[in-house]
Amino acid sequence: MQNKKVINLFREIAENPYDYLRKQKTETGKKMIGSTCAFTPEEFIIAAGAHPFRIFGESESLSGADAHIQAYGCSMVRGMLEDGLSGKLDFLDGVVFPHACDSIQRLSDIWRLNIPSLHFDVLLPVKLDTPLAQSYFVKVLERFRKDLEKTLDVVISETALKESIILMNRMRSRLKRLYELQSEKPGILSGSDLSAVVKACMVMDKQEAANRLAELIDVLETSFTEKKIKRILISGSVCSHPDIYEMIENKGAVVVWDDLCSGSRYFEGLADEDTEPVQAIAGRFTERYVCPAKHLGVKFQMENLKMLIKQHHIDGILFMLLKFCEPFSFDYPDIKTELEKMEIPFLLVEMDRHNEVDEQMRTRIDTMLEIL
Amino acid sequence: MAGRLKATKRMKNIMKWYYIEAKYARFLGKKIAWITSGGPVEPLIAMNIIPIYPENHGAMIGASKMGGKMSEFAEGLGYSSDVCSYTKNDITSSITKESPIGGLPAPDMLICSNNICGTVLKWYEIQARKFNVPLFIYDTPFVHTEFTDEAREYVNEQTKEYIRFLEKHTGKKFNYKKMKKVGKLSLEAMKLWKKVLETAEHKPSPMTAFDAFFHLALIVTLRGKKVVVKYYRQLLEELEERNRQNIGAVDNEKYRLLWDNLPIWYRMRWLSEKFASHQAALVADTYTQAWCGVIDYVNEDDFLSSMGEAYTRIHLNVGVDQMADTIKKFIRQYDVDGLVMHSNRSCKPYSFGQYDIQNLLQEEDIPVLMIEADMTDERKFSESQAEARIDAFMEVIKQRKKEKQK
Ligand code: SF4
Ligand code: SF4
Repeated sequence: MQNKKVINLFREIAENPYDYLRKQKTETGKKMIGSTCAFTPEEFIIAAGAHPFRIFGESESLSGADAHIQAYGCSMVRGMLEDGLSGKLDFLDGVVFPHACDSIQRLSDIWRLNIPSLHFDVLLPVKLDTPLAQSYFVKVLERFRKDLEKTLDVVISETALKESIILMNRMRSRLKRLYELQSEKPGILSGSDLSAVVKACMVMDKQEAANRLAELIDVLETSFTEKKIKRILISGSVCSHPDIYEMIENKGAVVVWDDLCSGSRYFEGLADEDTEPVQAIAGRFTERYVCPAKHLGVKFQMENLKMLIKQHHIDGILFMLLKFCEPFSFDYPDIKTELEKMEIPFLLVEMDRHNEVDEQMRTRIDTMLEIL
Repeated sequence: MAGRLKATKRMKNIMKWYYIEAKYARFLGKKIAWITSGGPVEPLIAMNIIPIYPENHGAMIGASKMGGKMSEFAEGLGYSSDVCSYTKNDITSSITKESPIGGLPAPDMLICSNNICGTVLKWYEIQARKFNVPLFIYDTPFVHTEFTDEAREYVNEQTKEYIRFLEKHTGKKFNYKKMKKVGKLSLEAMKLWKKVLETAEHKPSPMTAFDAFFHLALIVTLRGKKVVVKYYRQLLEELEERNRQNIGAVDNEKYRLLWDNLPIWYRMRWLSEKFASHQAALVADTYTQAWCGVIDYVNEDDFLSSMGEAYTRIHLNVGVDQMADTIKKFIRQYDVDGLVMHSNRSCKPYSFGQYDIQNLLQEEDIPVLMIEADMTDERKFSESQAEARIDAFMEVIKQRKKEKQK
């Protein structure tokens, strides 16, 4: 089965992203530029001839990070730091820190003081809904472009930038198509496969990712699923627990969409290919769904969730929040009230990145699924 | 014994009337704006809008030892147990009206500046939904290493946006003439506050950080008003008089310490007595200094045009290495023997980086104590553990001092 082969390739990369990147570096000689948040404008990195990838915080033990960030930091931030300190990222050339949450801001300082690598602070505005903030956004991107040019000693041409916009758009729309297929024909892919595909795309060479996605989509467009299935949405920051998808599927339900940094937030929104490139990239960030660390009106997260519920006929929602995460957890209670009014079943799971799904959590998830 | 500062009573009085005025704002035809502690308050004062600080209220709640209970209530609504307790106190009190002053008067508008943290953004969004009032965000890009030209332009333009926002929601023209006066008064208050804090350079110190935490309230809430300037002038006189007479706040002060991070509001007295029992005075802190740390950026004759930079470059909005530099400066200025860091579970932007600050202080060669707590949630504090650690820390300091004197 062609399908299985492509998926295995994605899975392999998702499971050992740093091995892939190390190999990639040897083969292409490209500079490896990591990023700490979905607000990284990867187009510039590609246009600078470097290779962008997302740092995930693969480390499970956090002994190095413990000496820099207290235990009440989220496991994402602590994990990323650990990857940097422990030498897991020995192939790394530089890191981008877009302004996101408080913890990432401090991570940027701590990284700069402890890990020798090129360093890019992208001081994005926190609000995205005023013309002034949008024009500031553009200027921040222009500075990022110059910083890259200077530090990597390259010129980022308009043509290269346009090409990378097209490439990123292509990859993003294919990822989105894949999600749509899952929503149209739930169960056509297992949830853990789909999540591995997105994760792999965040580290892979974008052209290769786009090509592989096309192959996968080709096969899936003509496949069918028949079962009547309960439709679940996962919302939160990151979800990297394959067992959660499996548990859901064992109960006759499927995650048909997500609202995650490790999922749809990576590919939602396209940059306008007919606009001036820097403007186009900024436009994508200020118009698409945002993460709760940014402001796009006081009801944005709720409205967005409602739209997803409607669009994907969601039967139940699983909120996956990382412990100690302020931006996400502050949004939750008001959303909870709203969902109760709408009588949509939901469940909040708060955990660390590498926690095992324990019995208690299993029971809670099972119970929620049984209510549907 | 130093006895109580006379100003203490006056301060309580001023704060009482401030909250009474706010309670009756509607009768007085005045509007109320809730504003974050690092927010640009001067334009509000110039517009006769009453500024209300939920964080100051949170501190009161903490000091009254109501914080744990109130956080717990918010957790019952779905708020996580691991997030800022000021926010949770405020959410609870705006529902239950519980607090030492029976809750805050409802806002007509919200002014949020993220120069202290990103948490306030979420907090003010929640309250904007609850009270259904307009929210203005004064967005101050983080200064990790440099204050960029585009950031400067961005904040300066926001000052104009802010004024338009105020005009729109009060229906009144902005009073630039009054603003000039308010700006001058604000700067004067900051300068006086700085002098007040600097009286602690004297040995023995006439005040401790615990006094500073208390007397801070006015520079936070009402800077730009005459009463603040008058108040700090009197306080300053009183402290200078103590210095002339060599009256120390701590009996037989022998050791001088520096405090980092917010106070532990519900254990102020206990901590103060604990340190005093070791003849140690906390002579300075990074928290109360934040309200005079940007004086150099303020243009006395044109407050508005310099406001953006001043508010962007405050202590919590700069890189960890710059924070360490500030601490180094205080170590020398106040001639301290040790540093006490409150690792504050509520406040991530203040606490993450404290270990690196310790590393950066290595050449200073001073002992550092870290106490893990939370500024208002007493459930996160272990007195016995803190006590043991303070005792051990003080032993080290005493030992060192002895060696140095040899
Ligand atoms: S999970 Fe939350 S706290 Fe952690 S990096 Fe993401 S937004 Fe920040
Ligand atoms: S305590 Fe810290 S996190 Fe909470 S509002 Fe103040 S600065 Fe923000």
